[in-house]
Amino acid sequence: MVVDKLSKHLSNAEIDRIFQALADATRRDIVARVTAGEYSVSGLAALYTMSFAAVQKHVAVLERASLVTKEKRGREQIVRGNHEGLQKARHLLDQLETIWRQRADRIADILAEDDEKDLP
Amino acid sequence: MTVVSLNKDVEALSFSIVSEFDADVKRVWQVWEDPRQLERWWGPPTWPATFETHEFTVGGKAAYYMTGPDGTKARGWWKFTAINSPDHLEFDDGFADDNGEPVDHLGITHATVKLEPLENRTRMTITSSFDSEEQMQKMVEMGMEEGMREAAEQIDAVLANA
Repeated sequence: MVVDKLSKHLSNAEIDRIFQALADATRRDIVARVTAGEYSVSGLAALYTMSFAAVQKHVAVLERASLVTKEKRGREQIVRGNHEGLQKARHLLDQLETIWRQRADRIADILAEDDEKDLP
Repeated sequence: MTVVSLNKDVEALSFSIVSEFDADVKRVWQVWEDPRQLERWWGPPTWPATFETHEFTVGGKAAYYMTGPDGTKARGWWKFTAINSPDHLEFDDGFADDNGEPVDHLGITHATVKLEPLENRTRMTITSSFDSEEQMQKMVEMGMEEGMREAAEQIDAVLANA
């Protein structure tokens, strides 16, 4: 695995967009919903107290981050989770997981040295 | 096994990891408090970490670099936001440029470390998440600035070829 610092440098514009998109609670909620099943923009707008235009903006931010796709169907705009974009977000977390698992192992190694020193 | 459980939340871009160690809470706390112990585990063996600064007080900063196999240095910084010895620590973690200055647009993670005693063992829970919306906003603004600069460069290139 490439070290975390460098792999983050490589695709930082892409990562920026994902972070920006997921920094907002409404957008996270939209992602969770459209990943489970498709919604129209007006269907989503009915779920929140904000305006249709505000919801549309949130969807646009998610679309730019490749976390959702939007498609016209008749007079409706249908929003779906973008599997590939979500995979990227998941991949980031997987990298973090690997990093922390290895760190925990190294901490355990350091602590194990104490026992060796205690031996007569 | 060291790691006992793990929880990832893709939507919130956060995760937590629970590990257990054969040592008491005070001893596990030392691997965070003592920079010489910290640098033995923070970076992978191929990219060992060196902590040049480690001000272990609330508001204090840490500065480190990791050295790659070819001598490349990747720098990072921490800012300690909560320290309750010996079982609770929180800090922001970000990237730094070659001069050690924070590079905010590469992302700042907020880490929370909790240590709990379990008979003769210690359970360590680490939660890592992206920080406040303001920080995120700042990151976004910087990212947009960069995007504008890139666009300007592209226009320059097009004009140069015209």
